[in-house]
Amino acid sequence: MTDTVAENTEKLDTRQGGRIALLKEFWSYFTENRGAVMGLIFFIAVILVAIFADVLAPHAPNQQYRDAFLQPPFWEEGGSTAFILGTDAVGRDILSRLIHGSRYSLFIGCIVVSIALSVGILLGVTAGYFRGRVDTIIMRLMDIFLAFPSLLLALVLVAILGPSLTNAMIAIAIVQQPHYVRLTRAAVMSEMSRDYVTAARVIGVKRLRLMFVTILPNCMAPLIVQAALSFSSAILDAAALGFLGLGAQPPTPEWGTMLAEAREFILRAWWVVTFPGLAILTTVVAINLMGDGLRDALDPKLKRS
Amino acid sequence: MITFILRKLGVLLPTFFGVTLIAFVFIRLLPGDPVLLMAGERGMTEERHARLMKEFGFDRPILVQYGSYLKQIAGGDLGKSIITRRPVIEEFMTLFPATAELSLCAIFLAVLFGLPAGIIAAVRRGSVFDHTVMGTALTGYSMPIFWWGLLLIILFSGILRWTPVSGRISLLFFFEPVTGFMLIDSLLSGEKGAFLSAVRHMILPSIVLSTIPMAVIARQTRSAMLEVLGEDYVRTAKAKGLGPGRVIGLHALRNALIPVVTVIGLQVGVLFAGAILTETIFSWPGIGKWMVDSISRRDYPSVQGGLLLIAAIVMSVNLFVDLLYGLINPQIRHTD
Repeated sequence: MTDTVAENTEKLDTRQGGRIALLKEFWSYFTENRGAVMGLIFFIAVILVAIFADVLAPHAPNQQYRDAFLQPPFWEEGGSTAFILGTDAVGRDILSRLIHGSRYSLFIGCIVVSIALSVGILLGVTAGYFRGRVDTIIMRLMDIFLAFPSLLLALVLVAILGPSLTNAMIAIAIVQQPHYVRLTRAAVMSEMSRDYVTAARVIGVKRLRLMFVTILPNCMAPLIVQAALSFSSAILDAAALGFLGLGAQPPTPEWGTMLAEAREFILRAWWVVTFPGLAILTTVVAINLMGDGLRDALDPKLKRS
Repeated sequence: MITFILRKLGVLLPTFFGVTLIAFVFIRLLPGDPVLLMAGERGMTEERHARLMKEFGFDRPILVQYGSYLKQIAGGDLGKSIITRRPVIEEFMTLFPATAELSLCAIFLAVLFGLPAGIIAAVRRGSVFDHTVMGTALTGYSMPIFWWGLLLIILFSGILRWTPVSGRISLLFFFEPVTGFMLIDSLLSGEKGAFLSAVRHMILPSIVLSTIPMAVIARQTRSAMLEVLGEDYVRTAKAKGLGPGRVIGLHALRNALIPVVTVIGLQVGVLFAGAILTETIFSWPGIGKWMVDSISRRDYPSVQGGLLLIAAIVMSVNLFVDLLYGLINPQIRHTD
């Protein structure tokens, strides 16, 4: 008897415990998806570009060169290596503006996801934990938000708040948070019937602690995936609002705003339109690839045990 | 089935009241009061302002105001545009066919290409075709469609000169709208070349608007097909010696289509959001462009009315999809 216990303990000891093992398992699933790894590498590169924008950018983002209006990229006739990706209609270096623009996109993604995630979790946990009337009220409220096409609601909210980057971010966060509420609520509801929740109740864990410390961490997997996906849609929506003149205002080098300014030159200077859009597209593709990888790695249904 | 319909309506009605509340509150949240907003840039004397406040009932308690607003919309009155002075509902109805036509063409394209691409990708899982479809779908799904529209204009209108840049039909043609759908009206008009012109105007906007739904449909069809192809009854069908066409087309596809139909239905909201951008780029005279213009012209009654009508349309279509779903899948009807 004692021998078996000792054997078992020995066996168990060889396995890594706790978080590190979980992280390792997660990482091995994540890296199985080559696209996700490529997405992650690209995303890290964008973060580095944003951090070192001042060093990397060859020119200041708003510096106008009056002798170089609409100069094409360096490989085209009339281009020069001083402006690798060419200049815009008022002689600003497009590459430098793109480099600085990465800051705005990442900033928008972070802020929008933080607001939507925290409000969404708060409401979702409340609805899923208390059920009954509280749940009905919260969910009906979310249904109302979801009845409007997201971009339209964001547009109207910006019309109320006034056009600016901050207000655009608030509007997009408001539009996105119903999805978090729904996800959190569903996850909390499925956790509520688990034994560990009953056990925690029996030993007298206080309500708030039960909600946010005991249950919530077990609901994080779908929320992390949703956070990645809504990071990318936040960038797209903010760019769309910028494009419609209701997001960041010129001369901010936000990618969507750059496209709005470039619109009238599309038939004359393809580069002023092409590069900002390409920057948005590649960043969003990278984040979505990462999101797909996260889903594969975190979704227990897909895990092959 | 009747209880199912009633239950769905029971959820929908409070939501619709919520939507009216948002539309009602919207105009009161704007800086300045409604009368000043209606006056626009012109301004007015204080006396006239007070009279108008009384006339429109803005001096009454807010709940009474909401009550009369509900009564007003129940009677089909959504107010008048500040700019054109025409009833908002009339403006909406004039422009709606343009958006509906564009959206229908877009969803047609999306299904036409997305569905077969998803099916073939699932059947040939892991093949080059599968990877290409999934890569393209991911790109389409991540596409800033306003940029995509501009690129297509550069290529097809600027360099190749194949398609026009904006509008629904060449200015050379003029006829009274019958259905409001340019493709049909141009055929009915009998004018030579009118239909072709309408088609050429439709190509780029509908490609742009179909991009995201197409990607979503392809992804959804693929994953639904993969799930179904692993089921026992598909193996049975194969074991019985049925040909691959029959197994995939009849046994697998019919079951895989259920979630796909839902996803197609849910694209209505996506289409409206996309229409805002697509119509702005191609100067397409529809609801999306009208909403953007109304916001930038500060024509708030139009924004308010448009908001309400668009939400009503999205909700109705979602209800229709829900009911359809309940009809083809009895499980939903009984367990939900």
